[in-house]
Amino acid sequence: MDDIKFNKIILFVNSLVPLALLAWDAYWQKLGANPIEYFLRTTGVLTLVFLFITLSVTPLRQHFGWNQLIKFRRMLGLYAFFYGFLHLITYSIFDKSLSISAILGDIWQRPFIAIGMASFFLLIPLAITSTNSMIKRLGGKNWQKLHRLAYIAAIGGIVHFYMIQKSDFTYPILFGMVLAGLLGYRIYAAYEKPKKKLATNYRN
Amino acid sequence: MVIKKPNEIKSSEITPEDVYLNRRNFIRAGVLAGTTLATAGVYKFLNPPPPKEVKTAEINDIVKANETDITSNEELTSFADITNYNNFYEFSTSKTAVARAAEDFVTRPWTVSVEGLVQKPQTFGIEDLLKFTQEERIYRLRCVEGWSMVIPWVGFPLKTILEKIEPLGKAKFVAFQTLYDPKQMQLGLFAGIQFPYVEGLRLDEALHPLTILATGLYGKQLPNQNGAPIRLVVPWKYGFKSIKAIVKITLTDTQPPTTWNIAAPNEYGFYSNVNPNVDHPRWSQATERRISEVGRRKTLMFNGYAEEVAKLYDGMDLKKFF
Repeated sequence: MDDIKFNKIILFVNSLVPLALLAWDAYWQKLGANPIEYFLRTTGVLTLVFLFITLSVTPLRQHFGWNQLIKFRRMLGLYAFFYGFLHLITYSIFDKSLSISAILGDIWQRPFIAIGMASFFLLIPLAITSTNSMIKRLGGKNWQKLHRLAYIAAIGGIVHFYMIQKSDFTYPILFGMVLAGLLGYRIYAAYEKPKKKLATNYRN
Repeated sequence: MVIKKPNEIKSSEITPEDVYLNRRNFIRAGVLAGTTLATAGVYKFLNPPPPKEVKTAEINDIVKANETDITSNEELTSFADITNYNNFYEFSTSKTAVARAAEDFVTRPWTVSVEGLVQKPQTFGIEDLLKFTQEERIYRLRCVEGWSMVIPWVGFPLKTILEKIEPLGKAKFVAFQTLYDPKQMQLGLFAGIQFPYVEGLRLDEALHPLTILATGLYGKQLPNQNGAPIRLVVPWKYGFKSIKAIVKITLTDTQPPTTWNIAAPNEYGFYSNVNPNVDHPRWSQATERRISEVGRRKTLMFNGYAEEVAKLYDGMDLKKFF
């Protein structure tokens, strides 16, 4: 087993740690007075955190030359999708009793639900096209363009987070600043240093 | 002639391949365990467990009031849940962090000044207020966020002290104010609402027999996170109307400003009666999650107290006066 493979295992296991602790605390009834709300909030925040980590891969490669990081990006992105899926499914089961009409009604009436839902749906094509063969089929350039949707999903996620707060916007604003930094770097890099362009071979 | 190889490494000194691989695996197992523990540590740091249960003094001679009949068939929310899931923005906007942040809040000595349009303004010490007959009142509490509890409060009708200070004829409203001490309430800096927290009721709402000043719950004096040493409880209105840690009560002739209404006038009205037919602009009020239940239950008009209070709002458009 080479180091890359081993590092992937480390990343895989560590990314599951929050879910394992959530499950552990749920089993011992340590999620507090409102476990559903706790699970919802935590999986929502984890989705954004994994999106940010995924989106930080390219800036870190460009800035520090840590090219190997690209090997881990797919897994990070899929974890963002996975936690987003858990978030959506928790809402659908426990808040809406899996009633399609209730969920559609919610989307129609509540902008924050609609925005959250749309952001999640943006991640679906990205997850589907994350395989090597799909990258090949789309071609590096097209694939890259498509996967810029991750930024739109992240912006939507933060707006969704912001809209559910009652008055304390500290965390959504912090998250927004992180995203602005990541996006800002990409824009800066695109204009400043075209010479530092990296190979677009994302297959591994 | 024998040619000797210089510095020959004895074959016994070469690490055998399986040992080399074992050592490598051992280190890898260590790295894996180490990073996992570190990640778990970060997670636990960001999601700390609740503090130990608070111990407050018992309240003696509690009278069981007749009004408790209306909810006596409902299961009480546990003491642990009532004391670890609190909205008290002066301490923290995280409901699970309030208990710890309010641990050292000083509630003695404490006075409540009752003033304004009254015949006999008076300042009550908390000892005086605890001398009134203390009743147990089991009420549903419905938070505007869409969750609810059933709480065995201890307290006395607000009416008791309003009668003592004798409101003037022109008094139409009652305004309440929470203590604001930034030294003790440091997390309030990020709350996004104005302090001191203020609330208000119409005089007839304040005089209603269901409206109480609570001094305790579960037979014990109020824990800090629940609004010690004295708070309002208006069971047919959203929880934020039931103002905590009261230091001032003022009788007025005009509708007093209220904190959440100042913060977001289109989302929180002066009345804020529990009403499943009037949604919050951003979420539905038709259902609620009763703490300790998994699904959601239907929210009742006036939180189930319609029989007692609906007449206070006869002829009013409750969509307009939300």
